[in-house]
Amino acid sequence: MNFRHAKTFLLGALALCFLISLFQNQINSYWLIISYNIGINVVMAVSLNLINGYTGQFSLGHAGFMAVGAYTSAVITNQFDQLNFFAANGIFLVALLAGGLLAAIAGLLVGLPTLRLKGDYLAIVTLGFGEIIRVILQNTDFVGGARGLSVKHPWTNFFWTFGLAAVTIYVIATLVNSTYGRGFIAVRDDEIAAEAMGINTTKYKVTAFVVGAFFAGIAGGLYAHAIQFLTPNGFGFMQSIAFVVMVILGGMGNAVGVILAAVLLTLLPEGLRMLAGIEHLPGIAKAHPLGWLGGTRMIIYSLLLILLMLTRPQGLFTFRNSKLKTKN
Amino acid sequence: MTEFLQQLINGLALGSILALIALGYTMVYGILRFINFAHGDVFMLGAFAGFYFAPEIAKMLPTPSILSGLVVMGISMAICAAIGIVIERLAYRPLRSRPKLTMLITAIGVSLFLEYTGQFVFGAAPKRFPQILPVFPITKLGGLSLNSNQLIVLGVTLFLLLALRFIVLKTKIGMAMRSLSFNPEAAALMGINTDVVISFTFALGSALAAAAGILFAANYPAIDPLMGILPGLKAFVAAVLGGIGNLSGAVLGGLIIGVTETLVSGYISSTYRDAIAFGILILILLIKPSGLLGKKEIEKV
Repeated sequence: MNFRHAKTFLLGALALCFLISLFQNQINSYWLIISYNIGINVVMAVSLNLINGYTGQFSLGHAGFMAVGAYTSAVITNQFDQLNFFAANGIFLVALLAGGLLAAIAGLLVGLPTLRLKGDYLAIVTLGFGEIIRVILQNTDFVGGARGLSVKHPWTNFFWTFGLAAVTIYVIATLVNSTYGRGFIAVRDDEIAAEAMGINTTKYKVTAFVVGAFFAGIAGGLYAHAIQFLTPNGFGFMQSIAFVVMVILGGMGNAVGVILAAVLLTLLPEGLRMLAGIEHLPGIAKAHPLGWLGGTRMIIYSLLLILLMLTRPQGLFTFRNSKLKTKN
Repeated sequence: MTEFLQQLINGLALGSILALIALGYTMVYGILRFINFAHGDVFMLGAFAGFYFAPEIAKMLPTPSILSGLVVMGISMAICAAIGIVIERLAYRPLRSRPKLTMLITAIGVSLFLEYTGQFVFGAAPKRFPQILPVFPITKLGGLSLNSNQLIVLGVTLFLLLALRFIVLKTKIGMAMRSLSFNPEAAALMGINTDVVISFTFALGSALAAAAGILFAANYPAIDPLMGILPGLKAFVAAVLGGIGNLSGAVLGGLIIGVTETLVSGYISSTYRDAIAFGILILILLIKPSGLLGKKEIEKV
């Protein structure tokens, strides 16, 4: 991405999202939901990329932050009944920001143990935090517990989803490319050397968690108002892994690659699901030679992950050795 | 008091199953310094191997009996040992010189692969594990209702632990394992075939996980392809709690997690049970990151 044009990109993207959102009633609702998922997954993957990719702190609990944002914003908007256009969007924005802030606080809590832990230990602790958030939600009757929580308002639209995705991309790209942000990459490349050069590694690690969690919380809010039903199990360990796979597939610390991977990995299961759908149609039951592939959707996904690690650990979309290259 | 003792015994039975799984994590970590995420799924495969072989064994031996149970367990352990070697050979060995994170992600991939292939091959619905061990309640000990299964779990675990201790401390390959965990390069220079030792470690860990799978399935007889996730994570926590890389630590950690979990679900609330292990993990890592029995590693530049 060319950072001299970052502001142009942001404004252009926002204008484009606004234009498309004016015509979103013309879009088939199935594709609309898929496109929301794409936008939400882009926010999740890009924000996780700040923690995992740029700062090199392996986090396995990103879905937990998403859950905090989703539940917070849903609880806020559920307090309101039918509202006019401006009030609705205003409340929605406030709810999204509140969800993001609460998730950021959760990120601060997770970021603190990173002062002491590294590598796989950190991975397992973030995993533990994600699971604890899930168990707490399951035991909180106020938000429906294990039964789930319905969200009243379908306020997520094309503009909010992709507008906020553009904002996320903009903020994280400019943050990492600023003078301050070079510290994230220094922490990743060599923590001891960075510390010796006078970089406050602790502060950078916690900042990465807080900023990453904030955007994950916002993505959670978008998700809540798109799907309109939340269950704690929807934000489990597997979901966190899915976001990690997006970051890895795109190439850790490769902004464009991660966005492409998020789009691709949202569309791929849909494509395989369509193949699975063929199997259930009467008449063509066994006729389609690829019909059985539908059931192997997740097997393909996991094999892809293993093969990718064996052959292209730098990610699918990393072609040249940039100056931000990971050490190994 | 009786109730407390009862919970304690239940907890020890659960804890010793976790300890058997934790040993596999800790051995692999001790040698390769990486978390074998797929270990919990080997535990699941162990239970399924038992599920498919138990009816065959029942044709040859009187079932349920201790003997048939042990034969099923032996078969399952052999199968999982082979699976462990294959996983290491295909997925982990090519990555040995790469960053540890690459291996961790591959391990997650292997774990997902085993789970989803399991769902595809065995079916996602829970299956009833056949009764291979005889059950007779023993209610003699001052009102405590001891179940013979729990005694078998404790007995088998104790036997396997002693066997493992013998292998690691008294045999040549055990010495090679210890030297490898101490310093892999120096071990290789001394003429130790590291590939063989690592394969052996995976086989040993996977066999213990299979034994745990059979014992778990005999006690909680509904098995499904995702059954390995939570016990696997808890066993990992147990390994970290005891100090990863330390065999006695893994056993101690397993017992602590098992007992705490049983006490919490007995006295406080069973719905919080699954968060306990992670709560303990976070606390221990904040207070003593090297675990209860672990040695502190000094970081060198």
